[in-house]
Amino acid sequence: MMSKRSIAQVLVGIDGNTVLFGARKIKTKLITEIHKHDLSDQVQVIETGSIGPANQGVIIGIYPVGEMYGNITEEEVAEFVQERFVKGRPYKKLLLSERLPVGIDLTAYDSRKTQYFGRIVLDNCGKINPEDIEEYIGVEGYEALGIILKEKTPEEVIKIIQNSGLKGRGGAGFPTGLKWSFAAKTKITPKYVICNADEGEPGTFKDRLIMEGDPHKVLEGMAICGYAIGANAGYIYIRGEYQLSIERLEKAIKDAEKLGLLGKNIFDTDFDFQVKIKIGAGSYVCGEETTLLNSMEGFRGTPRFKPPFPAESGFLAKPTNVNNVETFANIAPIILNGAEWFKKFGTEKSPGTKVYTVLGHIKRSGLIEVPMGVTLREIIYDYAGGMSSGKFKMAQMGGTAGNILSSEFLDIPLDFQSLSGVGYSLGSGAILIMNETVSVVDFMKCCIKFFTHESCGKCTPCREGTRYIYEILDKISLGKGKIDDLETLKLLGENMKDTSFCPLGQSAPNSLLDTMKLFPEEYSELLKK
Amino acid sequence: MTIKEIINKYGNKRENLLQILHDIQNQSPQNYISEENIKTLSEKMKIPVSDIKGTASFYTMYSFDPRGKYVIRVCESPPCHILGAQTIFKAIETKLGIKEGETTKDGFFTLEGTSCLGVCSVAPAMMINDEVYGNLDEEKIGKILEQIREKESK
Repeated sequence: MMSKRSIAQVLVGIDGNTVLFGARKIKTKLITEIHKHDLSDQVQVIETGSIGPANQGVIIGIYPVGEMYGNITEEEVAEFVQERFVKGRPYKKLLLSERLPVGIDLTAYDSRKTQYFGRIVLDNCGKINPEDIEEYIGVEGYEALGIILKEKTPEEVIKIIQNSGLKGRGGAGFPTGLKWSFAAKTKITPKYVICNADEGEPGTFKDRLIMEGDPHKVLEGMAICGYAIGANAGYIYIRGEYQLSIERLEKAIKDAEKLGLLGKNIFDTDFDFQVKIKIGAGSYVCGEETTLLNSMEGFRGTPRFKPPFPAESGFLAKPTNVNNVETFANIAPIILNGAEWFKKFGTEKSPGTKVYTVLGHIKRSGLIEVPMGVTLREIIYDYAGGMSSGKFKMAQMGGTAGNILSSEFLDIPLDFQSLSGVGYSLGSGAILIMNETVSVVDFMKCCIKFFTHESCGKCTPCREGTRYIYEILDKISLGKGKIDDLETLKLLGENMKDTSFCPLGQSAPNSLLDTMKLFPEEYSELLKK
Repeated sequence: MTIKEIINKYGNKRENLLQILHDIQNQSPQNYISEENIKTLSEKMKIPVSDIKGTASFYTMYSFDPRGKYVIRVCESPPCHILGAQTIFKAIETKLGIKEGETTKDGFFTLEGTSCLGVCSVAPAMMINDEVYGNLDEEKIGKILEQIREKESK
């Protein structure tokens, strides 16, 4: 609960990006300036997670008016406070056209043209201080956990998640409720709940901003899962590069334990749930769930053979349920509002919203949460403000392991079903938009180089295939390629897709094969005459 | 902290090996895990040296060779690539007179390439130790490196 009811609140978005632009210093300066004008009782400065557009420097938002300001510098703070709070008028110089979500009405999701239509996962991001558990509690935080512990059986919880139609948001789109039911069935204990926060897919940073902006929501989702499957221990496996996320999660865990919302006898029931953090050490393949388990156990990050599936034999050979950060962030809202409410968002077969990171040659890059089924055209022109330069050429959907969409795909609805209909997958949520200045062969060289580095070396198709493909692409780019090379590339790519051991090798050639189909002339014109 | 203390902090179990290695490396002024450290770790945790090395060498964040006080990691992934990561590399190489994987003679800087750092909205980006720097261009890189040098010369 907000401790003091001030007349206005100034939100300072502090995340990995804005820190670079001095967000912390600006926050301190705001407090000093507001104090100087003796306005401290009326204007409260609140640190929060990512507020919105990510390429606008330090962003501050003002409640209740909903104004947002970007690119503010330390030098401008004094003038800003003077104008906005002493004189009481908008500080036009830095005012952004976007507005804070004021009085969100979740039915507003029909009017897709506005940037903020109501959000599920990111609802609190930029609204509450992620380092203050009281504020999370103030927005119905931990209520879902309380309700299920007192009123619902584990079976009922799983049923709700199943009925909601929620699918895993890590990329593969496996039904979450079904996954939980596997781990719930087995009698073997202890069981583990693991949150996969090893977000390494290039272009993806949605999980980072969820953890930085609303860490408790992830923890609450994990605890609910623990109750549903019968686990008393949870782990968050997080990339070593995500310093701020690690700090905020550590604090969140401590604070929740202090209030009895995690740890022993949660809500005075006999349910215990302890969460610990495990830090990764720089390996992309560890985002694959069985590889993640090996890494968590202190071994090299190589995938395991399935079956047995983690639900049967996972971490330390015990039943384990692994879900993505975004998946866990959907859980508490579903419990609170019900499966039917969740199904109002998105499409019939892919309910809910999807958090995307939109990047590249566009005007506004950053994080958006939109209903499933929004098209690429809407994302580029309505949400991202259009191309920053040049003409749209292609988009890589779902990160480096994803597919390539050319202009003919601009109007395809982005959801699990529609994309699998054209042989594509939704992937991690990264959308990299490129204009005509990008050379396809050069871009593919960069993508495949990434996989040569990240291939774990366990299986031959992936270990050798990635290197061989890179060599050929390099040759072609230097004008030394022959016509047969194209055939070899295709053969290698298809072989990798069919025979690689884990999803890394199976998806590495996706973009290569797509671009060879969509832009064959870019390959052939480089070939030796 | 001694290696024994680090092991005790997490518990002497294989599953804590990665955290223990992180701590050992972080407290090394040269940002690396020495042969001697691995031997001690091997004795205390009863894991063969070959096994520890085999595991640690898999992960890009660990190094067995001494590195600079400041490890510069430039993102090489596609989102940074299309916005000019290559020119960032070249600028640093020219400014410091080292190539990828090398350390400056004064032992201040090591230059490395890295996979996505997850700050793509400010691409091209790099990390120097725990600090992230984004929206880079040649001029900005010059300033950042100068600032670090200045701090060091004091």
